[in-house]
Amino acid sequence: MLSSAATSIIVVLIVFFLFMEGAGVFTKKPIEDGFLLAVSPSNPVKKLEPSQIKDIFDQKITNWKEVGGKDEPIVLFRTSDISTYYTDEELGENFEFFPAKINELISKQPGIIAFFSDKYKAENFSGRELEINKIKVFEFLSGEEWFPTAQPIAQMGVKPLIYGTLWVSLGAILIALPIGLAAAIFLSEIARKKVRNLVKPLIELLAGIPSVVYGFFGLVVIVPLIQSTFNLPVGETGLAGSVVLAIMALPTIITLSEDAMRNTPRAMKEASLALGASQWQTIYKVVIPHSASGITAGAILGIGRAIGETMAVLMVTGNAAVIPHTLLEPVRTIPATIAAELGEAPNGGLHYEALFALGCILFIITFGINLLVELVSSKQKHKKH
Amino acid sequence: MKKAQNLARKKSVSQNIAFTIFSLISYAIVALLVVILAFIVIKGMGVISWEFITEMPKNGMTEGGIFPAIVGTLCLVGVSMVFAFPIGILAAIYMNEYVKDGWVKQIIKQMTNNLAGVPSIVFGLFGMALFVNKLGFGDSILAGGLTLGLLVLPVVIRTTEEALKAIDDSFRQASTGLGASKWQTTSQVVFPIAFPNIITGLILSIGRVSGETAPILFTVAAYFLPKLPTSIFDQAMALPYHLYVIATSGTNIEASRAMAYGTALVLIVIVLISNLLANALRKYFGKKVKMN
Amino acid sequence: MHKIETKNVNFFYGENHALHDISLAMKANTITALIGPSGCGKSTYLRLLNRMNDLIDGTRLEGEILIDGENIYDKNTNAYDLRKNVGMVFQKPNPFPKSIFENVAYGLKVNGITDKAVIEERVHTSIQQVALWDEVKDKLKKSAFELSGGQQQRLCIARALAVQPSVLLMDEPTSALDPISTSKIEELLFELKNKYTIVIVTHNMQQAARASDNTAFFYMGRLIEMDKTKTIFTKPNQKQTEDYITGRFG
Repeated sequence: MLSSAATSIIVVLIVFFLFMEGAGVFTKKPIEDGFLLAVSPSNPVKKLEPSQIKDIFDQKITNWKEVGGKDEPIVLFRTSDISTYYTDEELGENFEFFPAKINELISKQPGIIAFFSDKYKAENFSGRELEINKIKVFEFLSGEEWFPTAQPIAQMGVKPLIYGTLWVSLGAILIALPIGLAAAIFLSEIARKKVRNLVKPLIELLAGIPSVVYGFFGLVVIVPLIQSTFNLPVGETGLAGSVVLAIMALPTIITLSEDAMRNTPRAMKEASLALGASQWQTIYKVVIPHSASGITAGAILGIGRAIGETMAVLMVTGNAAVIPHTLLEPVRTIPATIAAELGEAPNGGLHYEALFALGCILFIITFGINLLVELVSSKQKHKKH
Repeated sequence: MKKAQNLARKKSVSQNIAFTIFSLISYAIVALLVVILAFIVIKGMGVISWEFITEMPKNGMTEGGIFPAIVGTLCLVGVSMVFAFPIGILAAIYMNEYVKDGWVKQIIKQMTNNLAGVPSIVFGLFGMALFVNKLGFGDSILAGGLTLGLLVLPVVIRTTEEALKAIDDSFRQASTGLGASKWQTTSQVVFPIAFPNIITGLILSIGRVSGETAPILFTVAAYFLPKLPTSIFDQAMALPYHLYVIATSGTNIEASRAMAYGTALVLIVIVLISNLLANALRKYFGKKVKMN
Repeated sequence: MHKIETKNVNFFYGENHALHDISLAMKANTITALIGPSGCGKSTYLRLLNRMNDLIDGTRLEGEILIDGENIYDKNTNAYDLRKNVGMVFQKPNPFPKSIFENVAYGLKVNGITDKAVIEERVHTSIQQVALWDEVKDKLKKSAFELSGGQQQRLCIARALAVQPSVLLMDEPTSALDPISTSKIEELLFELKNKYTIVIVTHNMQQAARASDNTAFFYMGRLIEMDKTKTIFTKPNQKQTEDYITGRFG
């Protein structure tokens, strides 16, 4: 009895763990453990947004008045900048005078913003540690840069990853849907029984090949092909991902569409033929409209599979975390990001939690897609009176 | 009359064009499948040898064999099956034979569908959070096998349910009519009839488990581990992860290409065998049922 | 000249010899009922008249079927044009999942008529012809599935009439309907007789007796006899016919 609830329990557990770990990213300062940002005690600015800090260190913001402070140019200081102010002798052989010198520097430079490890924080620290706002959910979703190991501030904008995921998946479905539909029509309406019995198991076999094998095939065949066809510097592109995903989505689309088409009552097809319609007219005027919701369900499910697919995409898309402008550029999807980065992210750290938050996004998307499929296919059932 | 003939010709022409296109596309898909298989079989054939199957990888994984990866995958399949089969089959039996139609059944069904739709990388995250970290199994065959078990659980439930549903109600009524209890009916009449179909579904899910990569990335897989696991708490290599590694990030990608083709071939052979075996069993049992 | 003539027709599904040497003729503007027990070949015969059996793999025809003196299985006869001229109504109402209007307009559109005024005019007349106009005139845009079974079947007849056939084939058109809807359709048959040649397959002996001019009795793939309906039902020539009509088998 308990076993029948197993799947429900697992779904609940997945939601719990995913969201618990993922939520952590919104409760912590987006600065690496053991580092701090400090300003001169005379500086009226007490708190900054992560995005403001990024702009300051990118020198897009150069004056404190832009972030609500005095009219004072901002002086950037990273640990390595120390050598422009002090000689090695002044810092001591083992940097033992480092903390004192930072104290000195901060009191001398009212416009300073200093980023350094807290092991260099003096006991009588004269500067003021800057408060940093936590990452907000909205910023996480709308941020345009994904660079979780950036210093001083981790950049956790998932927009490029969401775009990458959608581009690759939509590209895949645009390729796979017409082809899959054509094959479904062929199998359900045109092919003789013998041909059908031969072709169908082969297409099902296509569904059984592991995704890592598709990825490998894409890497050694499709990637070089795309590179030479479009004369690109690299073949690992969104398009390569779309093509591989399209091949992988075909069985889903074909099987579901074909099932829906075969469910069209024979009487309805005969009625059309008896009116002088050709078989092809009957297919596109009666069979396809009748099975529209089944075909839609197949297409949506295909998109769902494509969005969640990890290994094949990881191997062929080039994994550049920038917002893509065309499918001929390297892109990075959400699942590929998780797979590529989780191994390097320290357990329980900010980066680790950010990847779990990505998992939450992925889970929500696919969950929504599942519900949509359910909705669409229940419509199909209604139609059967 | 002439106009009508023109129309009829137009109909035939557009139908012929459309049908030709559709058949060409369908055969192209079959051709694509053949190309993929042939490509890997031809390139991988030269690599496969007794040593390749039975030896440790050598020389930065550019030579030697893939024995530990094969063993690792077998262990993972074993653990996941031990976990998923009993739970899945019991769940399906209970759902199909005992729970009455209603909202409870609806919710459970919906949840099973949802679980089936969860991307495999999310299973990987979950497995890492629960088995590796929370329960403290660490990177191990146990953690990886359980994660894979969760992944195939909906598959097992669905195949079992379908097998049970296909059984005509008259069998159940005949048995209860003779005074058998629900459990007697289920275990002695329904389950044996459904068994062939259940077993074919399970064999197919073995093919699926052996090819999954994303769920084992962070729960078990070792990049390079030239020894065999001694217990389920050990890390292990696995075929799909091994292919991923040597195809994308080995010490010398070009030099390990041949190994990659060989590994891909072994993976495909496993999938093919499970498919063929499932089909053969279906046929064998099908005949037997007819003969009775 | 006869409207429909069948000469020595033999028909095979693969190895199965389904129709044996059928020869019969029907005059224009008559109603011919085909009766006989299930599996006797009456529906198969009906479906030969608009070449619906072409769609089944492995079928073979010997002999000739002429409509208006032309062999419909001749190489030069196009099945699409034939089916336009020979309308068909099926056992169960089978409207398309489209609106009432679109259902009737379908046949016109697939046959290349694009003039909206013509389509509208024909749809309206056809619906009026089957006496459905008053019931549906306000909901032509509604789905055909909203109609009752009897209304759906009349809609299907209207759909067949819209392409202006001269022959109407009906395959047990009332078997799925209640008695009131059935009598409505039978009344309709009398009206339609003036313009069309009607062939109707029926299981219902009273229907054949009430509604048809001539009756053909099929048994085991053979035509046992065909005559005026009155004759068949009062003094049939063959013993088998009499047995069937009086309910001794079938």
